[in-house]
Amino acid sequence: MIQTINFLKPNRDNIKNYSIIGTFLVLVSLIDVISNAFLKINLTSFLPGSLTTLFPLIIGLIGLNMMRIDYSGNKKLDLLNKNINTNNFNALLTLLILFSIIKALPQSLSWMILDATISGDSKDACTGTGACWTYIKVWFRRFMYGMYPNEFHWRINTAFILVIALGFVGYFMKENLKKYLALYYVIIYPVIAYLVIYYLISGGSFGLQWVETGAWGGLSLTFIVSFFCLIFCFPLGMIFALGRRSNLPAIKYISICYIEFWRGVPLITVLFMSSVMFPMFLPEDFFMDKLVRVIIAITLFEAAYCAEVIRGGLQSLPRGQYDAAKSLGMGYWKMHIFVILPQALKLVIPGIANTFLALVKDTPLIFVVGLAELAGMLALAKTNPKWLGFAMEGYIFASIIFWIICYAMSKYSYNLEAKYKTER
Amino acid sequence: MNNIIKRYIPQILAILFVVLIFGFLTLNAQTNMDNRGIDFGFGFLSQESSFDVQFSLIEYSGSDSYARAFLVGLLNTLLVSFISIIICTILGVIIGVARLSSNYLIKNSAAWYVEFFRNIPLLLQIFFWYYAALRALPMPEKADAWFGVTYMTVKGYYIPAMVWENLNVFLYCGLAAIIAIIVLRNYANKLRDTQGKQIPVLLYSVVLLIVLPLLSFLFGGVSLEFELPELKKLSKISYIYEGGISLPPELIALVLALSLYTSTFVAECVRAGIEGVSKGQKEAAASVGLTPNQVLKLVIMPQALRIIIPPTTNQYLNLTKNSSLAAAIAYPDLVLVFAGTALMQTGKAIEIVSITMLTYLTISLTIAAIMNWYNKKIEIKEK
Repeated sequence: MIQTINFLKPNRDNIKNYSIIGTFLVLVSLIDVISNAFLKINLTSFLPGSLTTLFPLIIGLIGLNMMRIDYSGNKKLDLLNKNINTNNFNALLTLLILFSIIKALPQSLSWMILDATISGDSKDACTGTGACWTYIKVWFRRFMYGMYPNEFHWRINTAFILVIALGFVGYFMKENLKKYLALYYVIIYPVIAYLVIYYLISGGSFGLQWVETGAWGGLSLTFIVSFFCLIFCFPLGMIFALGRRSNLPAIKYISICYIEFWRGVPLITVLFMSSVMFPMFLPEDFFMDKLVRVIIAITLFEAAYCAEVIRGGLQSLPRGQYDAAKSLGMGYWKMHIFVILPQALKLVIPGIANTFLALVKDTPLIFVVGLAELAGMLALAKTNPKWLGFAMEGYIFASIIFWIICYAMSKYSYNLEAKYKTER
Repeated sequence: MNNIIKRYIPQILAILFVVLIFGFLTLNAQTNMDNRGIDFGFGFLSQESSFDVQFSLIEYSGSDSYARAFLVGLLNTLLVSFISIIICTILGVIIGVARLSSNYLIKNSAAWYVEFFRNIPLLLQIFFWYYAALRALPMPEKADAWFGVTYMTVKGYYIPAMVWENLNVFLYCGLAAIIAIIVLRNYANKLRDTQGKQIPVLLYSVVLLIVLPLLSFLFGGVSLEFELPELKKLSKISYIYEGGISLPPELIALVLALSLYTSTFVAECVRAGIEGVSKGQKEAAASVGLTPNQVLKLVIMPQALRIIIPPTTNQYLNLTKNSSLAAAIAYPDLVLVFAGTALMQTGKAIEIVSITMLTYLTISLTIAAIMNWYNKKIEIKEK
């Protein structure tokens, strides 16, 4: 046990000596690792075999052990000890984490930035050992818009800006119109959004050229699919959540069956169903676009998850709310529309945000039925004979994009959660 | 009267609505299938499948039936789920505990680990491991040995195979050891409750677990040999390892992605569980004189596990369902073998997709039922 080795433990009389020697030893170990990683100089090559690699660890541990002085009176030292150096095990972990960060830094830095290429517009520009960001630069529009014709990209941008702007209408609505807010978001907004996206992105009228859905793709398709699925699955989920809590057995069991069925199957089989099985169930010579089928399938699937989230909100309302509403003579619908749902929906906003997050993370799956959103476009670009061998760059790029979107959303939902927690 | 109408009319309408939808769909399916000359039926399951599967746990060849192909796919799905569940649990517990560490660096590295792997779509992670990371591995002839006997190459991970003789004797011995441990524990508990004596159960258990299987080697005629993978030249430039077990890169990519992704969720469950046990419990336990180990074992863990286990099982279920993403990198799981290849060959879309969905549904509902039963059992019984 290192703890019992007393001569290494400082007593309060010579804090200064011990802390200085300890700091010095830790610094030596760090310098050794840094010079090893960045400058490729092995300062301890005179030591035999595996001792060379263990040297900084041992020296660092001894140093940290010497610095561990309780109530030393030195604020910085106390802070350090409290946070990274409470005992030998913690000190070991601290050193290991620090060393691995230092070891990994130069390699990833040189690959991602220092040796990387971004100039030029063909594969020949990438001669260095680092990443080839030229590939991302050249394919950027494809990754964002899929095979959508280049000259029409403004249509997608305009449609998105319009839809987002319409979504913020609620914030600027006059006070006396606020009571129609729910109506607006549940019925009017989806319809307008659908029309905007249909006429602007699909085209076909107002002098805009028709672009079939097969050409849609890239990140914009991710947004379109998850947007429509969200606005459609929310009302559907509300119906099934109310159904599951109904005291009419037939309605209750139909809702339970629906919810449990969709929650029990993986999304990928649902997508397979939409692409190979669903056409069999449609009337003869009735054609439905693949994208529409996929959106319907994901909506039905997510509605079940949505229903469970909303049911959680309904359940968390105290019984008194129901009793009070009933005692005022309200019927089922009046009670739910004016008393229960406004409170319950406010409670489930963070949960809905999480469902939406899961939805966005699930959309790349539409790749398996042949719709080329971002992951699909990457798979396509990867097999392009002019651009072979850049899978790593492509997936890192896509991961960064998705990570930023999802991280922002999860942080936002945390904030919402915190906000609504305090309000109650 | 009014009440009866209010109660029954909506129910009848709902049932009628469902029946109408199903009737409409069935009718369409009937006409569509008649038009295309397909008939509905599950007879195809016993037909010869005539396709090969890259990786299977049981003997399988093209002359086997579709039903066996289904079994191969199901077993592959269960295999990948099983391995990933074990790895993600270990990782998740470590990361979850690390998030509660007092060490600033550890706490934050764990938090960033969670934020990093949770916020990248699983499909992208699978693609990253399969197409980018594992493709950068060396060819078989250039691979270095890991731990001396295993080889990580671009064509898969080669590990030694175990060749057993009299495996059943060994298993019986292991079983006997486990039964002996259970009996010993009961006896020790009884002794503690009646006479206040403590015996080192853990030590005895470890000894039993080592000694009994060892005896089977010495006297039971059990023997174990390792078959090492060996490099073999196929042609001038192509090498391959023979012998041992080869884990295909698809499996490795899938296990890596699934376990890293799910471990973040498990970590959050573990953290929430440990945080959920109030500090007073720990202090109270310490104040009645329990040792730190006993506090952890007898007071904290039972309460934390009650919070941890239900959401974690949910994550295991999600993992099993997510393992169907295997189809995207051609790992022969249930979806790829059955809903992919078999569907393509037979054209029986309705039957095959329904069987696939029902299989997943059965797995989910079974585990959910077990979980409900377990939750009821461990629920704190309050008056």
